[in-house]
Amino acid sequence: MSDQLDHTGPVMTAHHAGLIGCRSCGRAWPAAQDRCGRCGEHLAPPDRRCLQRVWAWWFAGLIMYIPANVFPMMRTQTLAGLHGSSESTIIEGVIELIHYGNYDIAAIVFIASVVVPMAKFIAISWLALAAGRPATVDQAHTRLKVYEVVEFIGRWSMIDVFVVAILSALVQLGFVASIHPGPAAVSFALSVAFTMLSAQSFDPRLIWRGLPLRHNNKT
Amino acid sequence: MLKQGTFDLKTGAGLIACPRCDALHIEEELQDGETARCIRCETVLASPRGGAFARLIALSFTTMVLMMGAIFFPFLEITRMGFGNATSLFGVVLAFADGVLLPLVLLMLVVVAGLPVLRAFLMVYVLVPLAQGRAPYRHAARAFRWSESLRPWSMAEIFIIGTGVALVKVAGLASVHLGPAFWAFCGLILVNVASRSFMCQTTIWDAIEDGGLATDGRELVDPKAQATGT
Repeated sequence: MSDQLDHTGPVMTAHHAGLIGCRSCGRAWPAAQDRCGRCGEHLAPPDRRCLQRVWAWWFAGLIMYIPANVFPMMRTQTLAGLHGSSESTIIEGVIELIHYGNYDIAAIVFIASVVVPMAKFIAISWLALAAGRPATVDQAHTRLKVYEVVEFIGRWSMIDVFVVAILSALVQLGFVASIHPGPAAVSFALSVAFTMLSAQSFDPRLIWRGLPLRHNNKT
Repeated sequence: MLKQGTFDLKTGAGLIACPRCDALHIEEELQDGETARCIRCETVLASPRGGAFARLIALSFTTMVLMMGAIFFPFLEITRMGFGNATSLFGVVLAFADGVLLPLVLLMLVVVAGLPVLRAFLMVYVLVPLAQGRAPYRHAARAFRWSESLRPWSMAEIFIIGTGVALVKVAGLASVHLGPAFWAFCGLILVNVASRSFMCQTTIWDAIEDGGLATDGRELVDPKAQATGT
């Protein structure tokens, strides 16, 4: 496992050797064992059973994503409602930002709370559908990259929830202006959490299963 | 074929399976500064850095100190028509103490401040005995595993970007100033990035194992053992 090795040799997987690898610390154990003796993590074989959990969280996230877009994210009240109070959903919030000319901030909010969640739903379902299907080594590398991006980027969707929480705590100027969070804030937070769990339930080792074990000559 | 080294294909002793693609590797002690990558998917398996334990401990303490400031000092202050309000993270929670949204805000406090502090405590618990060359504490393995699995849920850096967005949104409504806690959070992000660059899970797991916890002697791998095959 060091850099100086020749990388041309064929690969042996733990699964083929009748072993099971710990996803937390990497230690290999006999396939019959169900807990890692080093870190105590539950050992799971790289099979399609984990996909059930992926899909369950995925649907939960998708369901929560609907109210997150339909209901208002926050309610702004100026001059005790005399000046009017406005409710805005995620999209309306973005449009409002564009209206005031804050294009860069509008882009951040739009990417974090619309583009990223959508892309995540699509990416996770694609990975789960493609898992275990025959693929070339290059395809497997692409899938692993997609998985790593999904894993990394998921948490960043929380931005909008934080914005609402900060604003509603900060803007409590009594008569002058006040901001209250709407129901969408909760469901959006749950949606993000569920999709994070969905991505975490996916076992990236599935991407590589069924691949020819002869290694390509890439270093 | 697997080249001869000290490993046992029956029990998995002396072998490492890549957590991303399941490829088997023969475990080998690395020098500081070396990086081991999986031969199949090129995931980094280990990259020990010299003095990493001491630095990680120092950075964990830095996190705790900065987080104290980040929680209790105001991070944004606004004024409009003579009405003013300053908000600390703690104040956010108090503001919602009786609302229906209390769970959301408590969750936010946990995710933004609680988990980074908890992870810092866990790291100190795990690493202090290791850095001093003593046997690790009894629950070190569990503590480190928890610390690693909580990593994606600690969201201080996302909170900072959120503060920036909130700043712009509220700018039309009132005048806003950044408070000291905002800069504390910015410091936290830098600390977080630094500690991530010193972090090598494999090295810490090995150290915990070498330190006498959950060991079955399989650490005694022939250093000349060459990795991988079949």
